Amino acid sequence: METKSILLVGVGGQGTILASKLLTLGLMKAGYDVKMSEIHGMSQRGGSVSSQVRYGDRVLSPVIEQGSADMIVSFELMEALRSIPFLKPDGRVVVNNYRMNPMPVINGDAVYPDNIAEELEKAAKTSFVDAAQAAQELGNPRVMNIVLLGTIIKTMELTQIDWDTIIRENVKPAFVDVNIAAIHRGMSMV
Amino acid sequence: MKQLLTGNEAVARAVWESGVRFAAAYPGTPSTEILENLSRYKEIHAEWAPNEKVAVEAAIGASIAGGRAFASMKHVGVNVAADPIFTFAYTGVNGGTLIVTADEPGMYSSQNEQDNRNYAKAAKIPMLEPSDSQECYDMVRLAYEISEQFDTPVLMRMTTRVCHSKSITEVGEGRTEVPVKPYTRQIGKYVSVPAVARKLRVNLEQRLGKLKAYSEASPLNRAEYHDTSVGVICSGICYFYAQEVFGGSASYLKLGMTNPMPEALIREFCEKCEKIYIIEENDPYIEDYVKSLGFAVTGKSLFPAWGEMTPDTLRRSLYGQAKLYPEHDASLTVNRPPTLCAGCPHRGFFYEIGRRKNVVITGDIGCYTLGSASPFNALDACICMGASMSMGHGAENIFKQAGEDKKVVTVLGDSTFFHSGMTSLLNTAYNGGSTVNVILDNRITGMTGHQENPGTGYTAAGDPTYAVRIEDIVKAFGFRHIRTIDPNDVASVRETLDEFLALDEPSVIITRWPCALKRFSKEDKNEFTGAYTDKMIVDQSRCIGCKLCMRAGCPALSIDKTANKAVVDRMQCLGCTVCAQICPKHAIVKEER
Repeated sequence: METKSILLVGVGGQGTILASKLLTLGLMKAGYDVKMSEIHGMSQRGGSVSSQVRYGDRVLSPVIEQGSADMIVSFELMEALRSIPFLKPDGRVVVNNYRMNPMPVINGDAVYPDNIAEELEKAAKTSFVDAAQAAQELGNPRVMNIVLLGTIIKTMELTQIDWDTIIRENVKPAFVDVNIAAIHRGMSMV
Repeated sequence: MKQLLTGNEAVARAVWESGVRFAAAYPGTPSTEILENLSRYKEIHAEWAPNEKVAVEAAIGASIAGGRAFASMKHVGVNVAADPIFTFAYTGVNGGTLIVTADEPGMYSSQNEQDNRNYAKAAKIPMLEPSDSQECYDMVRLAYEISEQFDTPVLMRMTTRVCHSKSITEVGEGRTEVPVKPYTRQIGKYVSVPAVARKLRVNLEQRLGKLKAYSEASPLNRAEYHDTSVGVICSGICYFYAQEVFGGSASYLKLGMTNPMPEALIREFCEKCEKIYIIEENDPYIEDYVKSLGFAVTGKSLFPAWGEMTPDTLRRSLYGQAKLYPEHDASLTVNRPPTLCAGCPHRGFFYEIGRRKNVVITGDIGCYTLGSASPFNALDACICMGASMSMGHGAENIFKQAGEDKKVVTVLGDSTFFHSGMTSLLNTAYNGGSTVNVILDNRITGMTGHQENPGTGYTAAGDPTYAVRIEDIVKAFGFRHIRTIDPNDVASVRETLDEFLALDEPSVIITRWPCALKRFSKEDKNEFTGAYTDKMIVDQSRCIGCKLCMRAGCPALSIDKTANKAVVDRMQCLGCTVCAQICPKHAIVKEER
């Protein structure tokens, strides 16, 4: 099969790394060759961050090329638009309907535009989800990232993989149930 | 056994399997996780050194004493460690020794982009360049054989993408114990005085000759012939990037050992292929060598000498454009630079120092470099680890000579102070400077993700140890004006700065408060009771929308445009109270518990 590419983007501290870790473990268990790339260090301090996941029969570059992602999942609204150059012309976008002001907006040097959602819809087939609220309803705001992982699994048609087991094997016992609930909640949102 | 590992994890696994007994490092992106992983193996003594030079020297000692040794660092760390490395190349090893340099094409978290392959060539030691986690694992295992077979330290160059990309890696079943080799005093090998060094210098060339024959025959260097109208010579991750672009329509010469170069293999490849491209990150290191053999090749005249050679970059260089993507209005996006976190204990200091006029601030390497960004704009220069204090000293001397009425403030963190700030500060005391020196002691090595250091009271393995007090060090250096303050107390920052800036003698301010992201030790819990337990809230009836609180540059604060009032993002706020102290109307208050 042709290599598939999923780009997870967000703001440092939002939990993109854990979500992509679970995703890659599931893909590996399903027998795919998998590569994942992420950036650590200074950009993690509130800057734009991304995790790139690629899977298939044989994956070459761990980095997703421009115009090559089958799917982008964005943990933050504006970050979705910033990452569009990586999307295939017919790629899918799932966006967490959540705004985080970048420092130039906080300082008053720039404005957070109100029409980002419209622009995204014009650019690509986009689903908006409220993962923060879903996580809140599940009783733990921190599982927002796992809700978003659920949207990836559904969109990329990876529901046949036993994600419950992946979570059980990689999440602290006290948080297993809420994470399993979160991943299934995510699957039902797109 | 197959595992999904980052390059750094694969290196640690292979170091453990190789029977290494001693490992040392100083944290630095993208190398940090190697030693973090090593510290979890009980068979390895893994330690955070105060700096890279100390790490390499300790590894050298371990090697001379007969144990297999390891040191890792980011690219600029090799500059610090270059002194011992160059002479260790002369003496050679007893226990096999590998040094990892983690280079940063693209500078995701670095101040420069130097290509450390040049170090292997300059120091005349073998160099390996892995392209994925499997090769990281395999090459580490091989490095210890090369090191002991040829009596030399080995340098392995990783890059950010190799360090931080995960791929499926077949690892071994477990560790093979390698006994400590017997130690005998060998003055003619390890005491590099001139008479000895002259002999070792000749040995070095002879060893390089043998290593060249090894490189020539090694499977680390291999040609893959497909269509020979195009031949690509590449190393590291560029091997995969090039295949994304050329696929099966080119032949590849993949170089895994790039010092010494496999001359005959390169000649053969260049003779068989028509058009030769050299694809490598940063310097024309392979290119210069291939050109020296007399072949016409295309490298940096087409591909950039900076940044990552990702498939987009290659495609743009080769064909003038990258792949198509959906049309969209990119101008709607606002830049999102990294910022000091909500609750960051550096905020109170940068808020105050940023308001001062006539002050020159020399900075250093760490999260506090973000003090240079808006709204603080509170930095004049940043060069390398430990340079804040020494640069400030030199600058102050010239301002004095020029009769300029400028005060110099130097700023660094606790770990950077222990790294190389200590000698810089000693210089200021010794040579009669009068800078104001600020040590932002957040009780941890912050930027790289919270590693212990000599001030935290714990080792890399988490064992308790003596926690050095910075006050005691600077007192011993001869400073008479030393004050430790809480940086979240803005008035105290202001008053201390006022007082020390008025002095004609050097001074030290230590701001002591733990990083907002730190996992508190039991000592932290005792000392910093109640830290980060509050939430701030804006009393809307008192807020006049003056936006002065925005000068705190806090990601948890914003202005509600319709109401023209400040709002606190409760999810992010950690209750440091800096914004509340700035607010002229006392409109920002602690939430009632």
